Amino acid sequence: MNRTFKLSIIAISITLASGCSSLGVQPWERDLLAKRQMAITSSPIDAALDDHIYFSKEASSGGRSFAGGGCGCN
Amino acid sequence: MQLDKNSNLKLLLSTATCSLFGNGAQAEEDNNWKIDTALMYYGETDRVTAVEGIIAGTKEFSDEHFLNLKVTIDSLTGASPNGAIAQPEVQTFTRPSGDGSYVVKSGETPLDDTFKDTRLQVNAQWSQPLGRSYLSSAGLHASKEYDYLSLGANASLSRYFNQKNTTVSLGVAYSNDTIEPEGGIPVPFTEVDWQQGAIEHTDDDFEDEEEDNNRASNKPTLGADDTKDTLDLLLGLSQVINRRMIMQFNYSYSQVDGYMTDPFKVISVVNSNGESQRQLYEQRPDSRTKESVYWQTKYHFDRTVLDFSYRYMWDDWEIKSHTFDVRYYIPFYDGYLEPHVRYYMQEAADFYRTFLLDNESTPEFASADYRVGEMDGLTLGIKYGVPLKDGKEFSFRLEFFQQTPTNPGFEEIGVLQDVELFERVEAVIAQVSYSF
Repeated sequence: MNRTFKLSIIAISITLASGCSSLGVQPWERDLLAKRQMAITSSPIDAALDDHIYFSKEASSGGRSFAGGGCGCN
Repeated sequence: MQLDKNSNLKLLLSTATCSLFGNGAQAEEDNNWKIDTALMYYGETDRVTAVEGIIAGTKEFSDEHFLNLKVTIDSLTGASPNGAIAQPEVQTFTRPSGDGSYVVKSGETPLDDTFKDTRLQVNAQWSQPLGRSYLSSAGLHASKEYDYLSLGANASLSRYFNQKNTTVSLGVAYSNDTIEPEGGIPVPFTEVDWQQGAIEHTDDDFEDEEEDNNRASNKPTLGADDTKDTLDLLLGLSQVINRRMIMQFNYSYSQVDGYMTDPFKVISVVNSNGESQRQLYEQRPDSRTKESVYWQTKYHFDRTVLDFSYRYMWDDWEIKSHTFDVRYYIPFYDGYLEPHVRYYMQEAADFYRTFLLDNESTPEFASADYRVGEMDGLTLGIKYGVPLKDGKEFSFRLEFFQQTPTNPGFEEIGVLQDVELFERVEAVIAQVSYSF
């Protein structure tokens, strides 16, 4: 089950990656994408605080960035 | 009153950041430090309270050459579950440090109320283009609290393809952490209160009092401190799909070696009727391999923006987790509202045990920490932001966070049926941010 899941994730990623060359926009079509709220991490401070909370309260961390340092225990 | 508070806060933050990032008055004119500040309150019902402040400054030195400095200060106080199980009777616990004791009421989840820590973290990150198609970044971090030190470094390289519509990134981070708990590193599975009966004083037993006082120095330990090393690798792909949509895919690999046991957590040993007999120091494996896949997508509707992400994480402790996160940006008068929903579910580590049985042999590893157990987490929040002149912005955030631990399949024997073994944790998060 787990192996199938991993393999399908990899398969989806490869499919998407190979399709990437036909995706995208011309430089003059970046008006909306250039907005701050369209940045992948639009609020880095919120993200840092959230990551610290969940890092210390859950057994998972990372994903969008490195897990970061410090204990943050309890 | 509110205005006064805000202007005081502004003044305070300006003063703090100016002293951090050099001459403030000059910085405004000559340079262009972009400062982000935030103050967050995190409070659990009857448990831990944290206050965390962040000041981050970013400056562009020459074209696309950025320096980012960040200082984080947080302070935690309050009560934290010690790992022992609730009992129908009053329970007395020796502190994990071996110094003193505390009493827990009948039926309540045992909490150690002496938790207190202040942490200071500094991060520095430099990023710059390398040629026309590459972006590089390197950083350092240090984090220090009373009994914990973390030092780390990271580096990443990104390459643009397809008119910068596709970006492939590779990142690596390493950190070395040292823990020096009060009372030393406990010997796993030794009894916390190894001097049985010392708590029950009798008037004619003066010597016991002396033994009590010597307890901290008598505690058997594996030394004063221990370390762990973490190596993180991150492979990322971001892709512009069309004029309205962007996606990010990350694969992360993390290898941790060293001391990952919580020196303050215990596990209860119960008899066949579920009655607690004693508490043992917990023991976790000294290596962990974590992997995760992460997918994020942002879609710009006519005015609103939807931000959706999903992370699946798995490790060789047999913990698996799913995290769904949705934020929705809605323009509102002169600012914006951003509702937020986050749902998290995790399966227990293979060594997670709610309790140990008196008549079974001691396992190789065991922890009763609910954070490595089975649970769901739900966050509901809203943010209100007000952009001001010259790129300044004020924002407020209020969130409710709830963790619901569940039984991964242990039989609740005897008296354990009468108590709540998997207590819900509820917390409020409030944050105010100012960028200038």
